[in-house]
Amino acid sequence: MENTISEFGKVFIFLALGVVLVVGGFITSRLLRPFRPNTEKMTTYECGEEPVGSSWVQFNIRFYVIALIFIIFDVEILFLFPWATIYKQLGTFALVEALIFIGILLVGLAYAWVKGDLEWVRPNPNVPQLPTKKFEKMPARPEASLLSLVESITPASASESSLPKV
Amino acid sequence: MNSLAYQIIFYLFAAIIVGSAALVVISKNIIHSAFGLLFTFFGVAAIYVYLNADFIAVTQIVVYVGGILVLLLFGVMLTNKITQADLKTETLNPVPGLLITLSVLAMLLYTFYFRAKWVTVPVDQQLRGTVVEPIGIATMTTYVLPFEIVSIVLMVALLGAAYIARADRKVQTKEGK
Repeated sequence: MENTISEFGKVFIFLALGVVLVVGGFITSRLLRPFRPNTEKMTTYECGEEPVGSSWVQFNIRFYVIALIFIIFDVEILFLFPWATIYKQLGTFALVEALIFIGILLVGLAYAWVKGDLEWVRPNPNVPQLPTKKFEKMPARPEASLLSLVESITPASASESSLPKV
Repeated sequence: MNSLAYQIIFYLFAAIIVGSAALVVISKNIIHSAFGLLFTFFGVAAIYVYLNADFIAVTQIVVYVGGILVLLLFGVMLTNKITQADLKTETLNPVPGLLITLSVLAMLLYTFYFRAKWVTVPVDQQLRGTVVEPIGIATMTTYVLPFEIVSIVLMVALLGAAYIARADRKVQTKEGK
């Protein structure tokens, strides 16, 4: 009992140290800083922009499905955790059992994947469509392409009799 | 000295549990309640450590703090009107509620003082070290079939959760159209 607690005691030391550092930082800054609030200072910081509306917005329901899938695999990891500690002792049998365990769960993941639950919600921006078709045929440098056109025609057409007509 | 330090830390965690649980109930801001629950779960994990149940303590942190609470916060964020939500209940029923609370408290105290068989085995005869390895050996030898059935249960839970959440979304899109 003492042994286990003292192992977790190390965790507790780190935990206490983290709490003390954060809380101590807040307390010292509270003691040192001047306290003169105004409405500009109290607004939410949004990279210099004026905050618009409330930050409480409704999230997409798809995040909830992903959170549910996360919890399932969270529990799966929990069952594999004791398995991992004795994996070397039991060898192939333990490996096969764990592979079956993961394999059954992968069926569920494959189902969610096929049904499109894992697909990310893409933004669908409304881009204004300009009538660009007429301009697409225009080359980037009109004078250059015209020169090459003339050069390609001239040597061949010089020998031909049809040139004077044009 | 050592046991005194253990006791002080135990009461610290007990105070954290009770205080944060009270915050969950009392707070009118639903986000504050959710974060109070974080500290409650965490303190309970510390109590599991004191009970020498290290695997359960880690389970508590991984599943409840890491999983259930994330789900809870997602649920809060998914609700539409968080700030306007009025968390006051209309029906209070103070007299029956108080009666039930006091009777449960009396039952617990009676069990605590007269009926419960507290462990009085000396410390050196109790369980030593980690229990993760015995659990692993048990799951791989005696309880292999339940271990595999658990994966089927988890898969069914995954399928059901994904199906229900998706069916909900279809209804929404139909309403949108």
